[in-house]
Amino acid sequence: MYFILVSIGILLLGGLFSFLCDHRQNLSRALGVGGAVAGALVAAVPAVIVLFGGIVDPIRWPWSMPMGSFWLALDGLSALFMLPIAVLPALAAIYGGAYLRGFRGKASLGASWFFFNLLVASMVLLVSARNGVLFLLAWEVMSLASFFLVTMENDRPDVRQAGWTYLVATHIGTAFLLAMFFLLGGPNNSMDFDKFAAGGQGGVIFLLAIIGFGTKAGFIPLHTWLPEAHPAAPSHVSAVMSGIMIKTGIYGLVRTLVFLGAPAEWWGWVLVGIGVLSGVLGVLLALAQHDLKRLLAYHSVENIGIIALGLGLGVVGLARGNTALAVLGFAGGLLHVVNHAMFKGLLFLGAGAVVHATGTRQIDQLGGLLKKMPWTAATFLVGSAAISALPPLNGFVSEFLIYLGSFHAVASPTGGAAVPALVAIGGLALIGGLAAACFTKAFGVVFLGEPRSGLAANAHEVPAAMRTSMIALTACCVALGVLSPLVVPLLGPAVSSATGLPLETARQHLADIGRPLTWITGGAVILLVVLGGLALLRKRLLAGREVGQAGTWDCGYAAPTARMQYTASSFAQPLTDMFRLFLRTHRKGRQVEGLFPRDAQLVTHTPDIFHDGFFRPTFRGAGWLMERLRWLQHGRLQLYVLYIVLTLLVLLVWKLEPSLTAGR
Amino acid sequence: MNELIDALMVLLVLMNLRLLGSSRLAACIRIVATEGIALGLLPLLLVWSQTSASSVEPGLSGRMIFLSVASVLTRGVLFPWLLLKAQRDAKVRREAEPFLSYPLSIIAGVLTLVLSFWLRSRLPPSFASGPPLLVPVALSTILVGLLVVVSRRLAISQVLGYIVMENGIYVLGLALVREIPALVEMGVLLDAFVAVFVMSIVTHHISRQFDHIDVDQMDSLKG
Amino acid sequence: MTALLVNILLPLILAPLLPGIINRTKAVMAGRKGQPLFQLYYDLWKLLRKGAVYSRTTSWVFRAGPMVALAAVLTALVIVPLGGSSAPLHFAGDLILLAYLMGLARFFIVLAALDTGSAFEGMGASREVTFAALAEPAFLLGLAALAKLTGSLSLTDILGGLTWQIWSFGAPELAMVAAAVLIVFLTENSRIPVDDPNTHLELTMIHEVMVLDHSGPDFAFILYGSAMKMWILGAILVQIVLPGTGAVSPAHLGVSLAGMIGLAVLVGMVESVMARLRMVRVPQLLLTACAFSVLAIILVLRRS
Repeated sequence: MYFILVSIGILLLGGLFSFLCDHRQNLSRALGVGGAVAGALVAAVPAVIVLFGGIVDPIRWPWSMPMGSFWLALDGLSALFMLPIAVLPALAAIYGGAYLRGFRGKASLGASWFFFNLLVASMVLLVSARNGVLFLLAWEVMSLASFFLVTMENDRPDVRQAGWTYLVATHIGTAFLLAMFFLLGGPNNSMDFDKFAAGGQGGVIFLLAIIGFGTKAGFIPLHTWLPEAHPAAPSHVSAVMSGIMIKTGIYGLVRTLVFLGAPAEWWGWVLVGIGVLSGVLGVLLALAQHDLKRLLAYHSVENIGIIALGLGLGVVGLARGNTALAVLGFAGGLLHVVNHAMFKGLLFLGAGAVVHATGTRQIDQLGGLLKKMPWTAATFLVGSAAISALPPLNGFVSEFLIYLGSFHAVASPTGGAAVPALVAIGGLALIGGLAAACFTKAFGVVFLGEPRSGLAANAHEVPAAMRTSMIALTACCVALGVLSPLVVPLLGPAVSSATGLPLETARQHLADIGRPLTWITGGAVILLVVLGGLALLRKRLLAGREVGQAGTWDCGYAAPTARMQYTASSFAQPLTDMFRLFLRTHRKGRQVEGLFPRDAQLVTHTPDIFHDGFFRPTFRGAGWLMERLRWLQHGRLQLYVLYIVLTLLVLLVWKLEPSLTAGR
Repeated sequence: MNELIDALMVLLVLMNLRLLGSSRLAACIRIVATEGIALGLLPLLLVWSQTSASSVEPGLSGRMIFLSVASVLTRGVLFPWLLLKAQRDAKVRREAEPFLSYPLSIIAGVLTLVLSFWLRSRLPPSFASGPPLLVPVALSTILVGLLVVVSRRLAISQVLGYIVMENGIYVLGLALVREIPALVEMGVLLDAFVAVFVMSIVTHHISRQFDHIDVDQMDSLKG
Repeated sequence: MTALLVNILLPLILAPLLPGIINRTKAVMAGRKGQPLFQLYYDLWKLLRKGAVYSRTTSWVFRAGPMVALAAVLTALVIVPLGGSSAPLHFAGDLILLAYLMGLARFFIVLAALDTGSAFEGMGASREVTFAALAEPAFLLGLAALAKLTGSLSLTDILGGLTWQIWSFGAPELAMVAAAVLIVFLTENSRIPVDDPNTHLELTMIHEVMVLDHSGPDFAFILYGSAMKMWILGAILVQIVLPGTGAVSPAHLGVSLAGMIGLAVLVGMVESVMARLRMVRVPQLLLTACAFSVLAIILVLRRS
């Protein structure tokens, strides 16, 4: 367990010295990146031990904080989250070292490394903490560190705006968490996790956790900070935030489910509902975006939805005593946490490479980048296929587990859980189709065809350090997919600690799906062999025959330009039109008129209906209410002191007067 | 015989969905007419299934046959004829722009069915006896009728909605009482007949007066 | 060994026959002389012996597209049983792999189309992904209904578990699933009423426009892949409509093959008597397919 402490120490020291050496750019960068990589790798060691069935001794020291002890431990659930927390930031740091060169002189890079390492350290602490106070401390440090990372380019108004939205959202979430932890810790008057008890208020605690942790995870409609904050942050930070930071919300939720013990069935229904809603609306909103990083941010909402779907099915399975469904649901959801960290990290790094090379995030300005940036394009293609859940990559494996659990629940003669399972099947199928549409759009328009602007035409491949990280993540995506028969059994400890089922039961059920997974890998082998055979065949056939080059055939039109290519907006238009009820896309511009139309234009903008339709009015209302309280606030110190004294007096009377507290 | 009744009920559901997804008025009227004819056969099938199940029950009576024939004639021939005439007189062929788009109407239609199955599972068991599809399909048909009344703009479509709703009530009555409560049924039929009659006259006159039969625009009549 | 022959070799040889039968049917219905039954075989043979022309805009994605698509469809073929025998690859949840392998094929065809930078092909690609996104839920929900009906999880067991007896008591749900799968079949294979395979140069087409720029062996791969996709979805549909007795028999295989021919004739007849739907009406058709699947599920669930 000392690994964790050492890891946190390395991370903090690396960050601190990087900050102190800010004036010496190279040293500062080396310290920041080195600290992040070394710290993360040290944290990975105990996680690997636990996942392979070993045990890591916990640390439990008396603590001067009230209610509990300084307690760190690593069970299967923590270890599963710890692994991506170790891998992704290490790779993102290597990437960031090169990426941040472009920001030299614009912002303090030392400070950026300080907050980056602080963010990683807080996440390491968060998943190993076994005390409510320690957990909340890590939670708050994580939120603040990521806030400062988001606002690195704070001279831009949109970045400041995004930062504020994020700060407000995360604190609303924390408020709910505080209430939840007090309810949990109340019965035994201790904040240690083993003393937590639901005290008959399981439902309330569950809902508080959904709101509190859901705000961080990005459940719709609590997701509105996500599409603002992710694009504003530097890309390696977006990768870490979207890849794993939002997953701490999922971790918290699953951990809360562990505290609550046997779940009620409606919790599962709530999670399935949230999952389908977040999944479908997330991918629809992503389809309508023109900003590459904003598109990816909405896809995080979608994938969080898929995770919630898996967890929800698992909870229904637990409540109904259907252990096969419980194990498959939780295993699918938790594996998707890891998988999403890999491919979403990869995609954000790829998007960062595009921004680095062209200076724009607008998809419709790009095009033809594959020829300029072959490595970025190839890795982005693998990431796109993985997030669209195409076999044999990792995204398919986790969705397969959720599908399989659903089909199990549908086909089992005892029935019961069939309805949520069917909702999951329909939802996943729709999400899968829409995600494929969205990523053919993103990859096709950004990397294929001809450059649509000078920015794209003058692009260049990114430095080796950035490429290395992307290639490593690509390898992870492929390995987690193809080696799934070996990977999935490792989920045993995590599923066991998440569901409360005995380790043997979890292992047994996971072994049962070993056969399908092996066959899927077999299918992948067939696919590759056939593909190789076809490639050889094509090569033989074309050898010695005439292979010509020509312009793209355009039905006889003589003067094509790159501007005539299909744009991302037009590509998504049939789908955004079909779902206009949920999207409310605004259109502006002159229509095409007459026989020889001139300068027509079309601008579309898809706002977030929850942001504009719910949060903005709510906050405007709150603002109005606060205005009414203005009279309390007039700047006279004496009166402020009077308020304090009055409050104290009231509290004193309330506490000392027995008749007021007698009812408690 | 339950399979045949099931098949009839499934057919009813499909026709309801077709109605929700169709914009051509003539097609809608024909769908409702087909529904009427199919439902006219339903009491005969029900009696038949009972007699084949237990030989004690009385077989087909003259009254049953008369009611079936009457039902088929009114729902399958009279109503459609009146409505088609009204539609021709008003010179409208398509529903203009419904409040709920056609794809969404279909989804809503499926949702009514889900809701009805859930409702049936919550109803006391006496409601759940007999052919299993009868009650939920009846409920869903009533809801679909309401949906058509609420979501369509043209007077003729709304009349169609009322008839569909009445079809649902008819099936529900059959499912619950098992033999046709003749008086009730005749009363309902009469109501519907008057409704259709009045509506077609009104439609005719509205269209002559204002050149369209868009109910939505009758708002302007209120002072 | 016979299973391998039946499930792999037979489709590999016979798949290009289906478009031929469809075209013959259309020719006969229209009173034309029409193309020969084996036209697609001749086309494939000709294309395989030709050189290729590539657009200067394109990259390796364009060249990889047809190969990946054909490889994915051929892998999917390994999962589909025929004539009561079990497929070479069958395991719990293989139907999910089947659906997503089709998705893989589509993903790469669409990317290859976008790689040409042509507005036409972009348009076709956009429509392809749009309709596929709606067809997928209909397909998987329909199969879920069958999974519930037969209590099994792999395509082989599901299609093998369907018997004539099920038609006698579960006719409505089987008919619904068949209707849903038929609509998915027509959509995925770009047939009327969703797409008109004959209108190469109109803005209404979907699949044909995406492959305008492919030539030579690449185009042969695409044509063969399309025929194979039609075979796969057709085989599933035929085995739903004409289930066997639960045992392997040459008779059942014969019935299945006859069913495939019947399906092709049916498609040809539909194409002869129907017009293509307006593009905006296609989503409604696919929604109807989803509605069929959901209805089938409701009907199956009420039995439990």
